[in-house]
Amino acid sequence: MTPTRRLAIRLGISATPLLPTLCALSGTLLLFVLFLALQGRPAGEACSLIFEGAFGSSFAWQNTLQRAAPLLLTALCVALPARVGLIVIGGEGALAMGGLAAAVLPSWLPPWSPWLMLPAMAAAAMIAGGVWIALCGALRQWRGVNETISSLLLSYLAIAIFKHLVEGPLRDPASLNKPSTLPLPDAYLINPLPGMEVHWGLVWGGLACLAAWVFLRHSVSGFAMAIVGGNVRTARLVGLPVNRLLLLACAMGGAAAGLAGMFEVAAVHGSANSALLAGYGFSGILVAFAARQNPLAIIVCAIVIGGVEASGSLLQRRLDLPDATTLVLQGLLFCNLLAWEAISGRLAALKLRWQETTPNTALPASEASHV
Amino acid sequence: MTHRRDFLKLTGAAALGAALPLDLLAATPLTVGFIYVGARDDFGYNQSHAQAAAMIKKMPGIKVIEEEKVPETVAVQKTMEAMIMQDGASLIFPTSFGYFDPHVLKIAEKYPKVRLAHCGGLWTQGKHPLNVGSFFGYIEECEYLSGIVAGHMSKSKKLAFIAAKPIPQVLRNINAFTLGAQSVNPAITTHVIFTGDWSLPVKEAEAANSLIDQGCDVITCHVDGPKVIVETAEKRGIMTCGYHASQAALAPKGYLTGAEWNWVTPYTEIVKATLEGKPMINFLRGGLKDNFVKMSPYGAVVSAAAKKKAEDIKAQMLAGKFQIFSGPIKDNKGAVVIPAGTTLVQTDVTLEKMNYLVAGVVGQV
Amino acid sequence: MSESEFITLLLALFAGAIRVGTPFLFVSLGECITEKGGRVNLGLEGILVCGAMTGYAVSYFSGSAWLGVLAAGCSGLLLGTLHGLVCSLPRVNDIAFGIALMLLGTGLAFFLGKPFIQPQAAMLPSINLGGWSSNLQLQHALQINALFLLGVVLALLLQWGMAGTRWGLALRLVGDHAETARALGYRVNTIRIAATACGGFLAAVGGAYLSLYYPGSWNEGLSSGQGLMAVALVIFARWQPLRCLGAALLFGAAGALGPALQAVGITSGYYLFNAAPYALTLLIMILTCRPDRTLGNAPGELSLTR
Repeated sequence: MTPTRRLAIRLGISATPLLPTLCALSGTLLLFVLFLALQGRPAGEACSLIFEGAFGSSFAWQNTLQRAAPLLLTALCVALPARVGLIVIGGEGALAMGGLAAAVLPSWLPPWSPWLMLPAMAAAAMIAGGVWIALCGALRQWRGVNETISSLLLSYLAIAIFKHLVEGPLRDPASLNKPSTLPLPDAYLINPLPGMEVHWGLVWGGLACLAAWVFLRHSVSGFAMAIVGGNVRTARLVGLPVNRLLLLACAMGGAAAGLAGMFEVAAVHGSANSALLAGYGFSGILVAFAARQNPLAIIVCAIVIGGVEASGSLLQRRLDLPDATTLVLQGLLFCNLLAWEAISGRLAALKLRWQETTPNTALPASEASHV
Repeated sequence: MTHRRDFLKLTGAAALGAALPLDLLAATPLTVGFIYVGARDDFGYNQSHAQAAAMIKKMPGIKVIEEEKVPETVAVQKTMEAMIMQDGASLIFPTSFGYFDPHVLKIAEKYPKVRLAHCGGLWTQGKHPLNVGSFFGYIEECEYLSGIVAGHMSKSKKLAFIAAKPIPQVLRNINAFTLGAQSVNPAITTHVIFTGDWSLPVKEAEAANSLIDQGCDVITCHVDGPKVIVETAEKRGIMTCGYHASQAALAPKGYLTGAEWNWVTPYTEIVKATLEGKPMINFLRGGLKDNFVKMSPYGAVVSAAAKKKAEDIKAQMLAGKFQIFSGPIKDNKGAVVIPAGTTLVQTDVTLEKMNYLVAGVVGQV
Repeated sequence: MSESEFITLLLALFAGAIRVGTPFLFVSLGECITEKGGRVNLGLEGILVCGAMTGYAVSYFSGSAWLGVLAAGCSGLLLGTLHGLVCSLPRVNDIAFGIALMLLGTGLAFFLGKPFIQPQAAMLPSINLGGWSSNLQLQHALQINALFLLGVVLALLLQWGMAGTRWGLALRLVGDHAETARALGYRVNTIRIAATACGGFLAAVGGAYLSLYYPGSWNEGLSSGQGLMAVALVIFARWQPLRCLGAALLFGAAGALGPALQAVGITSGYYLFNAAPYALTLLIMILTCRPDRTLGNAPGELSLTR
């Protein structure tokens, strides 16, 4: 076999995991253009505006990154439980609980320095969010309640509790026409990154994704979680503490979402109020599935989804397209990503065949199978 | 031939230039941005702004850009920045209350040359930057008149009010409506249901049905989109008073009158001030007298007596001689909130902190 | 609370059970069929919203509300078929695709529905069953829409059909044990796609009820999770269509609780009362699910309960 042919096959093997994603992206674009064109809307301009609004200027980049920052964390809320085989979609509720906890903590504690208070707020937010999602995991393990539905119901309940507390017992009497909790003192507000307009939540979100990836790939618990997610019976047979691992994964996911809530409160709003509930939890679901539950890919996907949402404003103003355009695009993307997964089975067979024909090629470390 | 045409063109342009202020002709059109929190055609709050924006669009030298369904998060900051940077807007109207703190304030500090006229906010001297302004209308004057009509027309003496949240702007409306009705008959009660959010159609329909089951025969509301409530009431043969914009088309049989915004008045003032280079108007409030708010035309069922009483009071308001909140006024828990002899004029800041429901209102804050 | 207020509350709950419960009924019956075939369709929320928009739009253009309902059903049929087809492909997780469909359906409905927020469309008529009563509230409570009666008839039909007819047995076999069904010569995928399509049809009709009868208007806040709660409802009802009817009425009453309580004077904590349906769903799921054995009556092939 010639070296070039060998190289070509090696490239082909390493590219196979990407192929479903590429097909999905092109399928999405095609359907989107078709959808707009059938209605007589300028499809080509729309696509170019989406790109321009997402990545076309430094302003666009700031916009995109600003929107991506909470998505990094709320996507982890879906990706981490997915590792143990659970589909949890209650990130919005965990974000609400976390944001509320972070917003009211300073009013219960003495005025510490920001170096103490901010980690304390983060911890409170992570505990609140973690407990909320761990509850879903516990309900599943001890009562067999499906976690998708229970996480969604708990999310609705969390939002109701949040609204009740923010507009009732925890309300700041001075916040009249926009009921909020007591505003955070200036010292505890999180500043933007130097030279940019995006707040530190972006960096911490990215770090969290990296930490999650390292944890899942290289730690014993992470590996154990992968086994639980792959085949629970095997995990039990091997003696892994399935319940504990499951709860841990859920708690970590919920903690990430709670942390997102804390950043929204401390960096954007300055207090907890109903504007906090902006659907970041639900967008995080899309990001996690687009990234096929891989924390590193979540960083990329969060930026892409953030970009799509950022471009919505431009589409409205320039082409008079409704705001739901980005929603349609996201829906098409999600559907395509899942549908094209079907070919990855065939591709795996193809990959195997190629590997067999070139027995001397060093195989790249194959990726763990995704949910 | 071409020389003469060119000459005519030149003289024509010169004449026009002499007629208009010179900087208007030389400048590019003023780009004005409007930001709505919900759908533009919701028959309610956002529609009232969009209707006024459509009228502003017709002014010469004005270019209007709009964006709807912008949530009260960083998204609105980015929208405002995009309007400034990508479309060159120099005057922006963020129309939802929740945009003010911190979003409008942050953008105002970042772009001191751009004017931001916020609807409903409370601009305070010394606390807020000078390129921000807040405007609002004293729509409770119209609510008072609505209450008078409702009080006349109601047979069961029970009125219904469906509100989103118990915030001061809403409470002022409930109280004014009730006081107006009670000026006709002191035994009238208003039953209030809070739905919890600005746009919850199923809850609003349920609330309407619940209140009608209770025996109320006139409904009004303070939610973002009154369409569902008005239609539900019309289906059950109940009379309605509208809010935000005119819902008369939705309830041909039962529509009495309504409290409408007339945003085009403050909009025009602010836009003119910008065009003429005058300083930003920081605090703009007005009522019926200043044409910031208006009443919907009376429906066919409204009795002559009701019309007369309402018009009488309206004339007093237009002359500046009528105050709604003059004591003694008790709240529905029995405490005195406005003592006898005290009158709170519309511009009194205490009213912006209202946190009670007057006696005769069945419900809790 | 005085006695008359208590009666008012009960009547309000009764009326609410029927009014608010009808969409739950249709969506849960649709999901029941789908799940009996062994597939979960979480995209019913998106199908419901799409159905609401389609129904309203067609009713507006044609002037006939029933045509709107039919059109809505067809849109649901299409989306349900899409779900069925894609989930038949290997390695596609039906729960995940359901969430994707929810997003897509909602997005399409909002996009195409923009021009219909303002206009008024023809509404479905109501049948007045309460003319005999002198109590206004009871009269209104008994003003039922034909769709509710249709739903009741459908529940009865399905209950009988699933147990007693050939196609019902085939469906249950496909959902319980696909291997046996295949061995008997049934086309598993075709039956599942058909079941999902029917489920979509019914869910969209439920959505059309929302926009064409109660609340009777199209706007973007119309649905508050009814599609997703219906999935939980079906588990609560143990996949029996008649029990779906009872559960739908229960949830309708829970949905009407908040405003009804406020109307009789219990006004504090209305957020919590408005969350009653969700709390009820969760409570019921906690009480009726068991971890160690599969739920009785659960279709064996269902990924939800494995």
